[in-house]
Amino acid sequence: MSIHLSHYLVLAAILFSISIAGIVINRKNVIILLMSIELMLLAVNLNFIAFSHYLDDLAGQIFVFFILTVAAAEAAIGLAILVVLFRNKGSINVTDISELKG
Amino acid sequence: MIEAIIFYVFAFMTITTATVVVTVRNPINAALFLVLTFFTSAVIWMTLEAEFLAIILVLVYVGAVMVLFLFVVMMLDINIAQMREGFSRILPLGIVFAVIMLLLMWSVVTDDIFSLESIATPVPKGADFSNTKALGGVLYTEYVFAFEIAAVILLVALVAALSLTMRKRPRTKYQNPSDQIKVRKADRLRIVKMPSSGEEQ
Repeated sequence: MSIHLSHYLVLAAILFSISIAGIVINRKNVIILLMSIELMLLAVNLNFIAFSHYLDDLAGQIFVFFILTVAAAEAAIGLAILVVLFRNKGSINVTDISELKG
Repeated sequence: MIEAIIFYVFAFMTITTATVVVTVRNPINAALFLVLTFFTSAVIWMTLEAEFLAIILVLVYVGAVMVLFLFVVMMLDINIAQMREGFSRILPLGIVFAVIMLLLMWSVVTDDIFSLESIATPVPKGADFSNTKALGGVLYTEYVFAFEIAAVILLVALVAALSLTMRKRPRTKYQNPSDQIKVRKADRLRIVKMPSSGEEQ
């Protein structure tokens, strides 16, 4: 009963699938959509760190560092857009945001 | 053995809390369960000897990003009933998507090239090994350009978030710094000469 690389990869795959399901079933709720994207990034980071550990290469951890940076920037801008949207329309329901339809 | 127990316990918690995040009714509960997911993931990262990133995950994600999420969720007036509309109808579709995705990825990652025979478990590093020092050693030399770009990305995100959410309210009173600097003594102070009452007597 020992843990090897496949265990971590399967865990990351399960996390990724859960967040895919989250994006599909919460398609009207922008906040949960953003949270699902954070979960996806977490799954990807887990893959990077597992490979970095098992292949003994620090480059994977450096990549996770930059993914965390970009994800923090993305969350900040996404939430700012959400606040502006709520201020202008009084709702953040995805079905109300249909002004750009062709 | 102890590593296996830690892995299975925290992997189970990660999966459970992630499932709760995407299915729970109230977005505040979802944010709090996402915090728990990050904590359990940090433990798993620690078992992979990525101590610095595990701490960063707790500090940056739980301490900053999730607090931001909670603030925004609490500031907005969310109509939960409207958001949940059609939830049970779309749920089977979501599960089908997830299962297909999982089966595809499962067939790849349980391949022999990732098995114990191909990639052996690395020898644990000694107590004197510092993950932070090793990361810093490559981050500031080999990846210094990427590091500077990351700093610029954070600055741009800061400016973007501020300029998006800042608004001028007509009724709010502001100070005008240039007027304040340009003020002269004569605008504010007037010296009035008048005889004192004592001299008159």
